[in-house]
Amino acid sequence: MLKVENVSKVFRSGAFGGKKAKVIHDIDFEVKPGEVVSLIGESGSGKTTVGRMILRLTSVSEGRITFDGEDISKLKGSALKSYYRRVQGVFQDPFSSFNPIFKVGRVFRTIRREFLSDLDVAAWETRLSGALNAVGLEVSALDKYPHQMSGGQLQRLLIARALVLDIRVLVADEIISMLDASTRIDVLNLLGDLKSKGLSIIFVTHDLALGNYISDRIIILQKGVIVEMGATDRVFGDPQHPYTRSLLDAVPHLHTRWSDAELKDLGLVTDTARFGGHLIEHRENHLVRVYS
Amino acid sequence: MTSTTGSASASPAGKAGRNEAIYFALRNTKLLIGAFIFAVFLLVAIFGPMLAVHPPMTFDAPPGLPPSADYWFGTTLFGQDVFSQFVHGLRSSFIVGALGGVTAAVIGMFVGFFAGYRGGMIDEVLNMLTNVVLVIPTFAVLLVVAAYLSVRGLGTEAMFIGLTSWPWAARAIRAQTFSLTSRDFVGMARLNGESTLRIIFGEIAPNMSSYLVMTFILLFGGSILTAATLDFIGLGPTDSISLGLMMNYSVMNAALQLGMWWWFVPPGLAITAVVGSLYVMNVGLDEVFNPKLRAL
Repeated sequence: MLKVENVSKVFRSGAFGGKKAKVIHDIDFEVKPGEVVSLIGESGSGKTTVGRMILRLTSVSEGRITFDGEDISKLKGSALKSYYRRVQGVFQDPFSSFNPIFKVGRVFRTIRREFLSDLDVAAWETRLSGALNAVGLEVSALDKYPHQMSGGQLQRLLIARALVLDIRVLVADEIISMLDASTRIDVLNLLGDLKSKGLSIIFVTHDLALGNYISDRIIILQKGVIVEMGATDRVFGDPQHPYTRSLLDAVPHLHTRWSDAELKDLGLVTDTARFGGHLIEHRENHLVRVYS
Repeated sequence: MTSTTGSASASPAGKAGRNEAIYFALRNTKLLIGAFIFAVFLLVAIFGPMLAVHPPMTFDAPPGLPPSADYWFGTTLFGQDVFSQFVHGLRSSFIVGALGGVTAAVIGMFVGFFAGYRGGMIDEVLNMLTNVVLVIPTFAVLLVVAAYLSVRGLGTEAMFIGLTSWPWAARAIRAQTFSLTSRDFVGMARLNGESTLRIIFGEIAPNMSSYLVMTFILLFGGSILTAATLDFIGLGPTDSISLGLMMNYSVMNAALQLGMWWWFVPPGLAITAVVGSLYVMNVGLDEVFNPKLRAL
């Protein structure tokens, strides 16, 4: 359904874009209906940039992203609007996602104006309160200013905003990190429900446990390169790339002290050069980057 | 998380945003004094010409009279009514200020918003244009252009001023827009498929409305001042009277040496008071919009 095909991103800086920095190298993956794909990596690994490219907020330098076979970079006007009707995002910083001088309800009025103006008032209100209830909020919350709400509440409003639209793909950039433990599980279960109804989720996170909990497939990014990808149990159960293993080892365990953790070398990967190499199929549904 | 300041308990508690700004605006002496002075002169400019019984440019009064009941501000060396010249000149000043200020504000906002929002190549080009206009010795160009045109009207003068005084506004608005564009709510608006204009005026501009108001006020005052300077050195409108022109005529005809203070004091005082009141209002607005400057 959503295909990211050999996508690279070059950022230009300096006078007239003289300096170039390649931050995404040749990324290639597909998201199927009802599938949750996690993009995992450290800060600066380019996972947010990939999400923004899928949302068309950042342009693609090389390669292309297609949705149902259509190149999204060519979408304009009403075609672009219908793309956003089906693909939406939630950003990592809820405080910055709301315009501070307007009440939060304005976000939903805008959604209605832009996408759902054909809905009559009653149908709209049912839909709105349904979406708000799904994230555990009341309609009265809409009458507040962003600074009067907590990060978790705002984050849930953003999820509700995506829910009113009845979308097919959600790009969720660190959406759980602002939530406290109790609402976190609610939101995760909500996402699970939606997934079973056919919603695809691209989960951008640095939280390995979360990636493990929710996703069908894992993509590990290092410095803008996919170093390992595949089914969650394969990648986490039998990590091959040293970077994946160091990520997993970096997760603190209750029963082991930090110094006891050791890195088991399975011998498949000998070199950890940052660039170059290519993905090989280690086994079915499990790709690893090797450097020869 | 409602307001936690001590004064908030007075009444604006629970009311954020615009209401709060009005609450502080009505209690800001600088703003009120500035607005009062400005309003008085504005009323004189609007209704004064109706009160003036003598036409401003005809030479039918006894020359060189000090202020009297007949000629409220006296007459010039050539027998023109100073009061009539004053009110008409004041009107000209407001027209030049408004036209020049609006022109500069529109250009500055357009350039600033688009350069800041679009970034990249558009920003490079617009920014280069801004810098070029910024480093042009504006006043020298104004002199040359003004001297080149034999017949000059108020509108032309205001246009010249507007077309050359926008760069600083554009630069400041561009910088603000840059920082606001990187906020996620602009990204959210783009996810709604909203148009560029809608995002700029619906999401970005409201966040800097106070700044835009103050920019306009400064551009307005600046235009009046530049116009007065141009008029004073004899390059003002040729077909009407203005405060700067009055001072120009009075100096050329040695009003100071002749002791005819009533000829140059009213226009000089008016320019100082109007521009001064705008600047005082600006300081007051700054305090209204910026909580850190509020005297609690």
